[in-house]
Amino acid sequence: MEKGKGLARRWAVEFAENSYSSSPVDVPDPMGFSRSSSDPDDANASRQKKEAEAAWKAQKAWEVAQAPVKNLLMMGFMMWMAGSTVHLFSIGITFSALWQPISALQGVGKVFEPYKDPRVDTLAPKLLFIALNLAGLVLGIWKLNTLGLLPTHASDWVSSLPPASEVEYAGGGLPVH
Amino acid sequence: MGSSHLRPRTAMAIRARLGFVILLSLFFSATLSTALYEDQVGLADWHHKYIGKVKHAVFHTQKTGRKRVVVSTEENVVASLDLRTGFIFWRNVLGKNDHIDQVDIALGKYVVTLSSGGSILRAWNLPDGQMIWESTLPVSTLSKSSLYVLANMNVGKDNLILVFGGSSIHALSSMDGQIVWRKELSIDSLEIQQIFQPHDSDIINAVGFVGSSEFVVYQISYRTGEVMQQSKASFESGFCGEASLVFDNLVVALDASKSSLVSISFKNEVINFHQINLSDLVPDFSGKVTLLPLKFNGMLAIEIASSILLLRVKGANELEFVEKISHPFAFSDALPLSKEQQAFAILQHDESKIHFKVKSDNDLRNEILKETIQMDSQRGNIEKVFINNYIRTDRTHGFRFLVVMEDHSLLLIQQGEIVWSREDGLASIVDSTTSELPVEKEGVSVAEVEHNLFEWLKGHLLKLKGTLMLASPDEVAAIQAIRLKSSEKNKMTRDHNGFRKLIIVLTRAGKVLALHTGDGRVVWSVLLPALRRSETCGNPFALRVYQWQVPHHHAMHENPSVLVVGRCGHGFDAPGIFSIVDSYTGKVQNSLILEHSVSHIMPLPLTDSTEQRLHLIIDAKLQAHLYPKNSDSLKHFFNEMPNIYWYSVEVEKNKIKGYSLESKAELDTAEEYVFQAKELWSIIFPSESEKIAVTATRKMNEIVHTQAKVVADQDVMYKYVSKNILFVATVAPKAAGEIGSATPEEALLYAYLIDTVSGRILHRVCHQGAQGPVHAVVSENWVVYHYFNLRAHRYEMSVIEIYDQSRADNKDVWKLVLGKHNLTAPVSLYSRPDVMVKSQSYFFTHSVKSMAVTATAKGITSKQLLIGTIGDQVLALDKRFLDPRRSVNPTQSEKEEGIIPLTDSLPIVPQSYITHSLQVEGLRSMVTIPAKLESTTLVFSYGVDLFFTRIAPSRTYDSLTEDFSYALLLITIVVLVAAIFVTWALSEKKELKEKWR
Repeated sequence: MEKGKGLARRWAVEFAENSYSSSPVDVPDPMGFSRSSSDPDDANASRQKKEAEAAWKAQKAWEVAQAPVKNLLMMGFMMWMAGSTVHLFSIGITFSALWQPISALQGVGKVFEPYKDPRVDTLAPKLLFIALNLAGLVLGIWKLNTLGLLPTHASDWVSSLPPASEVEYAGGGLPVH
Repeated sequence: MGSSHLRPRTAMAIRARLGFVILLSLFFSATLSTALYEDQVGLADWHHKYIGKVKHAVFHTQKTGRKRVVVSTEENVVASLDLRTGFIFWRNVLGKNDHIDQVDIALGKYVVTLSSGGSILRAWNLPDGQMIWESTLPVSTLSKSSLYVLANMNVGKDNLILVFGGSSIHALSSMDGQIVWRKELSIDSLEIQQIFQPHDSDIINAVGFVGSSEFVVYQISYRTGEVMQQSKASFESGFCGEASLVFDNLVVALDASKSSLVSISFKNEVINFHQINLSDLVPDFSGKVTLLPLKFNGMLAIEIASSILLLRVKGANELEFVEKISHPFAFSDALPLSKEQQAFAILQHDESKIHFKVKSDNDLRNEILKETIQMDSQRGNIEKVFINNYIRTDRTHGFRFLVVMEDHSLLLIQQGEIVWSREDGLASIVDSTTSELPVEKEGVSVAEVEHNLFEWLKGHLLKLKGTLMLASPDEVAAIQAIRLKSSEKNKMTRDHNGFRKLIIVLTRAGKVLALHTGDGRVVWSVLLPALRRSETCGNPFALRVYQWQVPHHHAMHENPSVLVVGRCGHGFDAPGIFSIVDSYTGKVQNSLILEHSVSHIMPLPLTDSTEQRLHLIIDAKLQAHLYPKNSDSLKHFFNEMPNIYWYSVEVEKNKIKGYSLESKAELDTAEEYVFQAKELWSIIFPSESEKIAVTATRKMNEIVHTQAKVVADQDVMYKYVSKNILFVATVAPKAAGEIGSATPEEALLYAYLIDTVSGRILHRVCHQGAQGPVHAVVSENWVVYHYFNLRAHRYEMSVIEIYDQSRADNKDVWKLVLGKHNLTAPVSLYSRPDVMVKSQSYFFTHSVKSMAVTATAKGITSKQLLIGTIGDQVLALDKRFLDPRRSVNPTQSEKEEGIIPLTDSLPIVPQSYITHSLQVEGLRSMVTIPAKLESTTLVFSYGVDLFFTRIAPSRTYDSLTEDFSYALLLITIVVLVAAIFVTWALSEKKELKEKWR
C-alpha cells in the first residue's frame, strides 16, 4: 500500500542546527551568490515547471486524441476477421465497433478533463478525437451495411409490403360432383 | 441453423428473431430438427385406421384361439378384425379400381377375394394377411362374376374354387391358384345365375338364363369341367333376370313384367314352369315385385309396395305366407347350425330401437332368439347384418350380429349389447373444414384439467432426470407416457398457439363429424337428416362442407357454424340440399332442400353483419343464387356485385367460360336473390390436340406476406400475386390414357396460366413427350405440377413462377420511404398485365397421388410441398428445391440467399416423410391448416386412414421445443441467483478483512 505517494509534501520539520537563517552570521555567502536573486530564480523554476506540465498535458491530450487510431486499426482487423456473414461473432464485433465510438463521444469532456488548463489548447485534440471516433463510427456503420443490416436498398422497404388487396374476385371452377 | 430455410432479408425482425434463436440454441443446445426422434412419435401426430363400409363378412370362429371376422369393404379393403375388440389384425388395401366382388375362406386358412369385375382372384393367409397367390382370369364379358368355394369335399385335399360369370366357369386350385379347368359354355347370351353342389356328389349344377326367355341347367363334372348333362326350356312370357335358388331343384324367378313369380323345377332333364299367382297371397296386390337376395333354403323374400313378404316355398307351386316386414329392416344370410338346421336373422328398426329375430327353418313361426337394443339415432338405419353362432354352456345356440349401419359404422352385438363399434364412415371422407374451439372462459377452471402443483412439479422433475440422463428405464417409460397423455393437447378450449382445433369432416354417408386435433377423437357427430334417403329425395349424396359463420367481432355470443351442401340424385340438374350445423355442438340449425340444382358453389370474400359468409350457388341453368337470403347480405352483395365474376371449366366440351353477374330484368320479389350470368369470355381448346387434364387454383384463404421477392444483391422482383389465377394442364387426346399408351412423339402437355377475371392467358408452355396423370398445386405466385416424361421414362416436376414486370420500376428507396410508390392492385379493365415467367423442371422418383402446400398464419415462413406418394406416405419437400433460379454454379450471393445448386432430380430425404413409419392407406387428400404460431402448419391427410400432424417448414423458430426442460431453466436461474448472493457475501467479507489489515 503506497497511499499518499502522489500527494505533494505539505510540511516538513528540519531538526538540524544549520538553518538558512543562522548561517549568514557564520559563513559568508560565496562570491557571486546573491540570496535575493534566488527568489526570482525560484519563480522561474516554478514557471518552467508549469510550462513543462502544460506541454506534458498538451502532449498527453494529443496522445489521448490519437488513441482511437489504434482502436480503429484493431477494429478494422477484427472486422476483417469477422467476415461479411451474419453470425454471433460478426454482430458482436459490429455492435462493439458502433458502441465504442458512441460511448467515447459521450465522454469527450471527461477524457480531456485532466488536461484542462488555461494554457493548453484542448480544442484541436478534442476535434481530432471526435473525428477519429466518428471515423470509427462510420467504419461500424459501413460494417453494418456490408452485413446487410442497414435499410439502404429498395428490398429493405418492400420486403414487408403486403400484397395489394384485389378488387375483383372470380370463383367457380369444375362443377362439383 | 435455420437461417438458410427462410427467405433471406424478409424482414429485419426475422433476423433479430433468428439471432435470438441462435442464442437460445447455443445456450440450451436444443437440437432443432425437421425429422422426428423415436420418442417424439405420437406427441403431435395421430393416426387412425379404418376399413370403410363393409360389403361382405366371413366369420372364422371354428377353432379355438383368435376369433376373427374377415370383411371386404367398399373402399376395396380386405381386413381381418378381432371379434372381441374390433381391432384390425391385418388389412390389405387394393387399388382404387380394384373393387372387391366377393370374399370367402378356403381350406380354412386362406382368405379368397374376387375383385376387378371377377378378373382377379387372390388368396391371403388368414393369420397374417400375407398374399399367398394371385391369378388373373380372362373375363370377356362385362357380366357380374361370382365366387363359389366348394365346401370341404375331401378334407385335406385340394379344393376347387369356382368363379363364374357370363357363360364361363373357371375352377382354380385353392392351394396355388392354378386354373384346373375352364369351361366356356358355348352359348352367347348365357348368364349363369347360380352354381351349387348337391350334397355329396361329384357334380356341380349351374343354372342360368339364355336371353330373356330360356332357362338352362348344366350338370358339370367337378373334376374335369365336362358337361355331363344339359337341359333347357323356354318360358313364353320371359324372365327379367332375377332369380332365387330355393331348393336344389327349384328356382323362383321373376317374369319379364316383374309382376309375377315363376317357379322353375328341374329334375333329370325335365324342366317345369309354374306361374304363381301373387294375388292369392296378397289380396290387394298390384304393381311391381322385387326379389330380395335371401340365401335360405325354402324361403323367399319379395318386396311389394315398400313392404317385405317372407314366403315359404313348400313345393313347385305352393307358397306360404310367413311374415310381413316393413322398412327399415335387414336380413342376414343363412347360417347352418347343423346338417339339417339353418338359421337366419331379421333385424327391424323401430325408431331408436332395433329388434333382432333369429329364425330357423324348423320353425318359421317362432324365433330362436329375440332381442331388442337401443341404438344411437346418429347411426341411422341398419343396412346389413351378418350373423354367427356360438354354443353356449347350456348347449343352446347363441348368436352374434355384425351390423353395418347407415353411417357406415360397424357394430358387433351379442346378448343384447353392443360389444364394440367402429366409426368406419371416416374411411370415406368427402370434404373437410376446420373450426376454432371455444375460448377458455372464467367459469371453466384450468385446475380441473391440470393436476395439482405437486403433480406438475413431479412431472417436471422426472423430465429433468430424463434430460440429465439419470432416469431409470421405468422412469423413461413414465416420462413418455406423460408426454403422450398430456392433457394440454386434448382440452376443449382454444390454445395460445392455435394447435387445438376441430376438424369437421363430411363423409359419403352424409354424416358430419368433428374431430379434435389433439388425439383425433370424435367430439360430436350428426347424421344429417337432409342427406338421408327420404320420399322427397331418393338418392341424396354429400358434396362439400364450408365455413358458414365464423364470429370474430360481431355476433360473438353465437357459435360458429358450417354449411353442408349436398345433392338429391346424381344428375347435375338434381335439386341441392343445404344444411347448417353448429360447429361446437353438432346441432343442425337449418336444413332445406333447394328449389334449384347445384353445379358450382362460390364462397364469397364477403360476410353480412352477423358474419355469415355469403355464398353464391350457380345452378345448371347458369343462374346464381345468393345465400344467406336476407336483405343485409343482399346489400353487401350489391356493393360488390360489379367486381364478382365466375368461370366454369367444362371438361367434356374442352372449354373454359367466364361470366359476370347481373340482376334479373324483371324484379320479382321471390327472385331477389337470383342473378343471371352474362358470358364474358371463353377459351376453347382444340379438341384434336388438347384435352383438359387438370385445373388448380390458389386456396381462397391463403395469406401472402409480401408482394416482393428479394433476390441476390438486394434486388427486388415483384410477384404476380393474384387470387384469380387458374392453372390448366391439357394433354394430347392420344396420350390421355395410361402411361405407355402413346409414343413420346404423340404426347404433348400444355400448361396454361389464365386470369379468371379477364380470361387472359398469362402464360402457356408446352412439354414435349409428356403425359398425365398431372397433379398441380398453386400458391402465392407459383405453380408446381407433376407429370410423366415419356422420353426420359421418369416422372417430372416443373415449377413456374410469375413476376409482375409492370411494377418492376418501383425500386427507388426514397420513394418507398416516403410512400410515393404505386403498388396497388390494378383493375383488369384499365391495365394489361405484364408478366415475366421463370420455370424449371426436375426429375422426381415417385408417382404422386395428391399434392398440397403448407400454409401459415402470416405467410412469412417458407413453404413446403406435401406430396402424397404412391406408397401412401406424405413427403415434405422444401419449395427451395423447386426454385427456377437454381443454377449449376450459384454465385456467392446466390448461395448466401439459400439457392441450392441445380441437380437434375429432386432429392427424397427419408427423414422428411411427415408420416414417418406410418402409411395413410388409400391416401386421397391432404389439408393444411395454419396454426396461430407462425412457424407451424397443421396437416390433416385422409384416405381410408386419417393422419394428423403439425409441421414447421422452417423449424420452430418462434417457440421452444416440446421437450424443452423448464425445470432445468428454473434450476439454472435459482443456482445463478444463489451464486450471486454467495459471491457477494464473500467479497464483502474479503473487503472487510482488507480494511483491517
